This record gives sequence, structure tokens and C-alpha cells, in this order.
Amino acid sequence: MSPFSAAESRGGRSRRPDEAASDLLPDGPVRHRPRNVSLVVGGTIAAAVVLAALVSLVWTPDNPLAVDPALRLAGPSAAHLLGTDEYGRDVLSRLMAGSQVTMYVGTLAVLIAVGIGLPAGLGAAQRGGIVGQVVLRLADLVYGFPALLTAIVLAAAIGASTSTVALALGIAYVPVITRVTRSTALVVLGSDYVLAARAYGRRPLAILRRHVLPAIATTLVAQMSLLFSLAVLAEAALDYLGLGTTAPTPSWGAMLQDGQSYLGSDVLLTVWPSLAIFLCVLGFSLLADGVADRRHDAVTRAGASSRTSPS
Amino acid sequence: MTSYLLRRLGTVLVTLVGASIVVFSVLNVLPGSPAAVILGQQATPRAVRQLTAQLGLDKPLWRQYLDWAAGLLHGRLGVSYVSHVAIGQEIGQALSVTGPLVGLAMLVGLAIALPVGVGGALRHGRPSGSLLGAVGQVGMAVPTVVGGLLLIVAFALRTHLFPSGGFPGWSDPLQALRSLVLPAVTLGVVEGAILSRYVRASVLEQLRSDYLRTARAQGLRMGQALRRHGLRNAAIPLVTVLGLELASLVVGAIVVENVFDLPGIGTLLLDAVDNRDLLTVQDIAMLVAATVLVLNAAVDISYRLIDPRTRGRS
Repeated sequence: MSPFSAAESRGGRSRRPDEAASDLLPDGPVRHRPRNVSLVVGGTIAAAVVLAALVSLVWTPDNPLAVDPALRLAGPSAAHLLGTDEYGRDVLSRLMAGSQVTMYVGTLAVLIAVGIGLPAGLGAAQRGGIVGQVVLRLADLVYGFPALLTAIVLAAAIGASTSTVALALGIAYVPVITRVTRSTALVVLGSDYVLAARAYGRRPLAILRRHVLPAIATTLVAQMSLLFSLAVLAEAALDYLGLGTTAPTPSWGAMLQDGQSYLGSDVLLTVWPSLAIFLCVLGFSLLADGVADRRHDAVTRAGASSRTSPS
Repeated sequence: MTSYLLRRLGTVLVTLVGASIVVFSVLNVLPGSPAAVILGQQATPRAVRQLTAQLGLDKPLWRQYLDWAAGLLHGRLGVSYVSHVAIGQEIGQALSVTGPLVGLAMLVGLAIALPVGVGGALRHGRPSGSLLGAVGQVGMAVPTVVGGLLLIVAFALRTHLFPSGGFPGWSDPLQALRSLVLPAVTLGVVEGAILSRYVRASVLEQLRSDYLRTARAQGLRMGQALRRHGLRNAAIPLVTVLGLELASLVVGAIVVENVFDLPGIGTLLLDAVDNRDLLTVQDIAMLVAATVLVLNAAVDISYRLIDPRTRGRS
């Protein structure tokens, strides 16, 4: 930020000199030191979903697969907090067990994307030239196949399953990681301290490990969290379409599909999985924003204070 | 500029060829005989062999690929193994639903994204601005399926304003449009929420720019300065986003058509997957991939045309 904008920011706030002055105090009003709400809220929601998935591995209120014809489409009760579905299965248990599928697909997809995209992006940034061009063109090619399309084609070729979905989403997200890695790594590689490290005789791999990776880690983690949230969305859509996890394994998307037939009478059956997907996606995308904000904190604060109030 | 155009077109062609090889390989290299699938489990090996030869599937793979690719270039997409109808005809029919759906969704998306995004940027740092910013964040997390189901409950099951699904065909344009309203809103709202984040970021960047400060220093009010100078500049990155959004609308349509039971490209594709009608899957996958790749290239090129500053860079 230029000194000019700093001066302007004081001018802009001159209507409330007390607040401008309080900025200098260690415990100024929260308004001017925005806490990272996204990080806190997103992190909490994401942690809750992960926790639910972990707990469901060892315990659910009821057996998520246990059918009870006498209790078909029962509303919420003490025995079944969220009610039962069309087969009398406990909805809460199915939601919890369904989060396993969500976590599995999200994690595997992001790992595949990073596993291929990170080395490719680093390689393209480090080597440039023909290697860089080839990597970028390949990334363009894969980018032509949106995640859902990749998943549908793979399902047609090798059959629909939870792992097919994870594999397809992972491949589809590779170009995203490749591009982000390459562009952020290029900035670092062009910096003076990398030049110094080169002059000092550090090998390229050592430079990547010691200087580039730590510098791009935050951006990368934010991107991973965002991709995770996109994977959750895509996985739910694919399960809804019947191209992912197959019955009887509970999954949020399949629960949506099952609930649609009862939309007129039992809307709650649709509401619960909807809420689960919505919260999970919101949590991880907020987390992504929060992590990204941490990186830009200094910049954003300066930027926000240089803002002049619109007339 | 001309040499850039030629280079860009060249890379598009190469990428399209690459995409066609990928689609063909994924769907053909794996074991399994389409003929056996078509004839069912009781088929005799002889019948399977006969049909395989009839479909041209006994030729070497590279030959099959070239036949398919040449067919595509001539607009011959082949005949469906399952319905025995020309795939080109089926796709054309489906496009008459998916095309208008995507177009309407784009309009809905813009109608949401522009006010929400610009408003959010202008009110940045104030509660109302944070609220508008949150619209994008929250809207992004709503799965398309859920958005569609919500609309069905509110406007079809409870109030009967619109049909909950199905498509009567274009012979009755008014009814046809009515059945496209809820799907288009579903698709448009979600895309609009995502788009609003880009609009907001783009306008915010202009608000912080030096030229806008100069305009303000010359006595223009913020709104005036933004109207005269800022919005045009803010529009540049949005062209990129619009192109990408269009691509994601095409993909989103696959899901929405399924929710609302519309006979579009998505339904055609999913039915083909269900019936193991691999040639149809192959054609549609190629069509969608080509659309996305061409849109990406068009975005790159239009970016150059709109913003002279980017022309110097390669």
C-alpha cells in the first residue's frame, strides 16, 4: 500500500476520529480488526462433519441399514431423532454413515489432484520451456472435461462406484492444482531470495523444498479446501443421479433421490440430507476463504482501510 | 494479433484432437463387447461375432477411432446401438430443450449476480455489504438438486404455479416455457451466486484503483465515477467468468434435467450410460468437452480483443 492510501484512509475515517485513534490501541474495536470469521466458522463446521464421520465408524444411534416396516416414514421421535425413511431406517444414523462416503470421496479426490497437480505445477514452473508448455496444454485438455462429465464417462466405462467418483473428481481437479501451483510458484521463483539461493549454489529441488513449498503452502491448502467442498457437491449430485455410491450404502446424494418421491408428504426426508450437504460444503468453502484470508491478511487490512465510503 | 489468433486456434485444434482420443480410449480400450451387451445374456457367440462385424467393431482400434472422428467431422454421429435412431437426430432434439434452458439460466444468473455483486462491493465493510457478500458464499453451497427440490415444493407441489417436471414439447411454446421456468431458475440461482462473487471481487478491485481515486479527486461522486470508468474495467475479467459459467451451466443442466425430468442432453447422456449405449455416451461427451474447450478459447481471445493491455504479453 502506498503512503498515499494510508493518508487517505485517515481522511476517510475523519468523521469518527475516536475510532481512527483507537486503531493504535492494542485492544481496539473489533470493527477495525476484523477477526477471521470465515476461518472460525468454516473450521468449526468442517471439524464437526469430520467428527461425525469418525464417530459413525464406531457408533451410530441405530443400525443405518436396519429395516423396520412397522416404522415407515415415522416423524422425529425420541427413538429416532430425525425420524425414519421409507424402509423404516433411522435417518440420523444414515446421515452419519453417509458422511463417511462424503469424507472418503472428498479426501481421495483432493489427494489425487494434489498428488498429480503439485509435481506437475512445480515442474512446469521450475523447468518452463517445452516441459512447461506440455504440462499446460495437458492441463487445458483435462480442463475440457468438467468434473461431472468425467465422472459420467468413467461410470459408463468402468461402472459406477464410490471409488469411480473419487477417481473422476480427482482427475478433473488436477488442472486446478497444477495451475495454482505453477502461478504461485513462478512468483516465488522470480523473487530475490530464490535468486540468492541459486547464486549460493542450491540445487533446484532443494529450492523447491526449502523456499517454494513453504511459500505456496497456504494458497495450496485454501485451494484444497475449496476443491473438497466442490467434491462434496459433485459427489452428492452423482449419487443423486445414481452414478456413484450404490444402495444400500447410505450417502447424502442417494438420500436426496429417495426423498424426492415423498416430497409432497414427507419433506423432512429431503431436508435432512440437503442440510448436511449444504453445511458441509459451506464449512469447507468458508474454511478455504479463511485460510486464503490469513495469507492476504496484511494486504486486506491495508486495502480495507484505504476504502473510501461510496457516496 | 493475427498470429496470436492463429496460434490459439492451433492449440484448440490440437486439444480437440487430444480430447477425442481421450474420450475414445476411455470408452473403447476397456474390455467388454457392445454387441454382447446389445444382444443380452442369451446371445450365441456367433450372433455376437456377426453383430460386432456389422457395427465395425472388429476393425483395429485406430481404424475405429478414425472412422468415428471422420464421422464427427462430417456431422455423422452414428446410430445408437440401443434405440437404433441416428444419434445426431437425438442430440438435435435434446438440444432444443437444453439450449433454451441454459440460455434462460444465464439470464437468471446475470439478473442475480450483477446487483448482488456490485451492491456487495459498493457496501464493502458495512453490514449490508457483508450480507450481500454472504449471498454468494451461501448460494454456492446449495447443491443444484436441493435448489430444484426446494422450488418444486414451493412452486409446484404447494402452489401449482409451475409443473414439477416433464416437458410438453415446443408445439405449445407457452407450456414449454412454463415447464422450463423452475429448472432455469434452479440452475441460474446457483450460478448467479457463484458469479456474484466474481462481480464483487472485480468491482472491489476497481474501487481501489488509482484512476478511480483520480476521478474522485476531480469531484465525481463514487457512483458517477464507477458508472463512467469503473464498470467497463470491471467487466473485463467478467467476460472470462461468463464463458466459464456458460460451460458449467451446460454441465449443471445434466443434473437439473434429471431433477425436472426434461428430455435434454443430460437425460440423453444418463439414459445412454444406463443402457450401456457407449457410442451415444462417446458422442455427447465429445460434444460437451468440445463446447467447453471452444468456450475457453473464445474467452481467451475475447479477453485480448476487449483489453488492449493484454495484447503485448504472449
